[in-house]
Amino acid sequence: MDIADFFDTFFEEAEELLADMEQHLLELDVDNPDSEQLNAIFRAAHSIKGGAGTFGFSVLQKTTHIFENLLDHARKGELTLRADLVDTFLEAKDIMHEQLDAYRNEEAPDEEAYERICQTLQQIALEEIGETLEAPAATPAPLFKAEESAESASETAGNQLVVALLNVSDKDRTLLVEELEQLGEVQSQSGDEKRYEVILQGDISADDIEAVMCFIIEPDQIEIKAAENVQATAPAASAPPVEAAPAAVAQAPAKPAVKASAPAAASKEAAAKPKKAAESSSIRVSVDKVDQIINLVGELIITQSMLDQTVSDLEDQSVGNSSLQNGMSLLQRNARDLQEAVMSIRMIPMEFVFSRFPRVVRDTAGKLGKEIELITEGKSTELDKSLVERITDPLTHLVRNSLDHGVEMPDEREALGKPRTGKLILSARHQGGNILIEVRDDGAGMDRDRLLAKARENGLSVSDTMTDEEVYQLIFAPGFSTAKEVTDVSGRGVGMDVVKRNIQGMGGRVEIQSKKGEGTNTRIVLPLTLAILDGMSIKVGGETFILPLSTVLESLQPTKDDMYAMAGDDVVLKVRDEYLPVIAIHEVLDVENAITDPTRSIAVIVQGEGRRYAMLVDELIGQQQVVVKNLEDNYRKVPGISAATILGDGSVALILDITGLHRLSRVKKEAGKIVNNQHLSFYKEAEPS
Amino acid sequence: MSQATNGAVMAAEAESREFLVFSLGEEEYAIDILKVQEIRGYENVTRIANAPDFIKGVTNLRGVIVPIVDLRIKFHLENVEYGGQTVVIVVNVADRVVGIVVDGVSDVMTLTPEQIKPAPEFGVTLSSDFLSGLGSLDDRMLVLVDIDKLLTSEEMALVDSTSNR
Repeated sequence: MDIADFFDTFFEEAEELLADMEQHLLELDVDNPDSEQLNAIFRAAHSIKGGAGTFGFSVLQKTTHIFENLLDHARKGELTLRADLVDTFLEAKDIMHEQLDAYRNEEAPDEEAYERICQTLQQIALEEIGETLEAPAATPAPLFKAEESAESASETAGNQLVVALLNVSDKDRTLLVEELEQLGEVQSQSGDEKRYEVILQGDISADDIEAVMCFIIEPDQIEIKAAENVQATAPAASAPPVEAAPAAVAQAPAKPAVKASAPAAASKEAAAKPKKAAESSSIRVSVDKVDQIINLVGELIITQSMLDQTVSDLEDQSVGNSSLQNGMSLLQRNARDLQEAVMSIRMIPMEFVFSRFPRVVRDTAGKLGKEIELITEGKSTELDKSLVERITDPLTHLVRNSLDHGVEMPDEREALGKPRTGKLILSARHQGGNILIEVRDDGAGMDRDRLLAKARENGLSVSDTMTDEEVYQLIFAPGFSTAKEVTDVSGRGVGMDVVKRNIQGMGGRVEIQSKKGEGTNTRIVLPLTLAILDGMSIKVGGETFILPLSTVLESLQPTKDDMYAMAGDDVVLKVRDEYLPVIAIHEVLDVENAITDPTRSIAVIVQGEGRRYAMLVDELIGQQQVVVKNLEDNYRKVPGISAATILGDGSVALILDITGLHRLSRVKKEAGKIVNNQHLSFYKEAEPS
Repeated sequence: MSQATNGAVMAAEAESREFLVFSLGEEEYAIDILKVQEIRGYENVTRIANAPDFIKGVTNLRGVIVPIVDLRIKFHLENVEYGGQTVVIVVNVADRVVGIVVDGVSDVMTLTPEQIKPAPEFGVTLSSDFLSGLGSLDDRMLVLVDIDKLLTSEEMALVDSTSNR
């Protein structure tokens, strides 16, 4: 194992610790802080500091160090917490996170932010406790490192701890002893591989030591006991510490650090147990490995359907064999089960997304002066990892929007007879093959007339006969904002269209339900995974294409009376009082030997980016699940095509991109149907900036 | 054979490279054997609409979608036919897998540096930028193609010019 592997472990652990820290900070009751929570925050900061020190991330180490000192005072009750202090702590946590990211990307952390937060924290220390944190001069022990020394500024007398390392290899031991030297003064060390004892002088608590060591060894490999206190220890260093330890605890109750260490160690042990159980039941695996398995299973499924086809061909020739048949159906079932099980590896609970929202809501509500209660439902609903990563930003935007435009000011709410505190509900649940994520508020709701007025002002074509759902969808139009004032939270009209595009990019859609005065419900419907797609296979000429089933609304046989030509080339199809642009696939994709007479082909009504089109195809083959294969891995982006898949017979079929096809057909018509060999130029034209 | 000549042969072998020789019409071409992943028949190619004519489409190579390029069309050869003898050389270039259609694969040749002559400045259809030289072997002439440069070039339209892959 080389050092880079340790780096990754540290980054992952530090990230978890920061997330823990944030959660505890948010849950913290300012007026009556729970000491266990303060301890947890302190421990998290301390562990990060230890790790950062080990790996030489000095900026992160120094930031956490100052932060940790403040927390130390807070948990000792020397610092009275206030809401604004917690905000500063949260800010400090954010900066630490940025520093961590910077180190992970091998960049230099932001110096300015670092200096600012250090100053802020020191200012707090100065004002609240009347103590300067960086005060190395006050420390009598010259061996201490400057940043470490500050820790003991107030109580430098220190105590002695016996740290026993059990079953630690020589190599690790050297590392650990070096660590201990950072924490305090090592008075003596002795022992063998089974039990190695280090006597440490300094004002450190047992759990601090443990927190640092845990980056290298397991908690049960460390044993920490208090030795006799400084005044009486001169000869004790050589005495067997095992005997001295119990006496020391009884003797030295006045020493605050010793007092703190005993219960803290006990609670740490209690906390460590469930954590260990969780560790043994899960493993960390790189996403690449999982994706490789998913790909292989995808291949297996394709091979299985190829075999299946061969067997049914045999059946048709009446050379079938019943045991072959049974075997095949068994194989099919096992393969499907395997696929499902493998796909579930990539699934992670929505909690990963939701857990960031208490912070978002708190910050936004604070900025807006609103009172908001956040309720999350269905945290355990699982979603594909890649989707989880991509849903966070759009969801944050929707939540901010809801808080800004939806929920009213407390006074306004009171006047309306609503509780002062607004409610924001985030929920996730499965619905068929989809996941449904809702952002619900009990705010003012959407005002249909205002939306319509605003749309007219912005030059959008609207009519009073539009359905409510259509009117609400207007907020997703680019540049549309009804906020009376632009705030820094939302209202610039950028964003909602991006939200919609992002969600559509994931193969999902957004719906809005709203009732004036009662609230708004924004619903995001997403497929469970991107790796598999429910498709409708169609045939044009001799070629097979796949249409994403989610875009298909219906199919019908067009009659001559329903087709209207418009301004030259354009043709529209009238379907129940709606005129839909017709896209003839054989024209757009230059398919030979296709049916060219529209009345003999089939019109599939599809929907993409909110618009409907009629696609002319030769034949509908049927619905099937397909494994999505990227075309860009070995080739490039192809206009009108979103990806490819492999059919049961082993051949490749292309998956159509509805809006891409529409753009393509317009570009082609503009170019007078001259097919340019350089499809590069034509793609660039088709792609909106 | 004396010790000295033996050593010279070995030195030459160390510097010489192996090439896969293939034919396009009457001409013989060669590419670095280390770029070749496998050789297979031409079958089951799915056409890609609006692509240049020499891009025949994509095929399924054990679950990987691989584009197929017909060098005969690219080099403006006559009599482009697809039959049982038509061969696809699957090459690995720039982290991509690409299949190239040729009329046939003849053999693997070892060329010493002396046998590789610099390519003359010519070529309208095949710019000398895409050649690593001309190989002379007895009375045969092999056109040594720098397959990396050729397939990643803009005129092949195989790689998105915007992406840096």
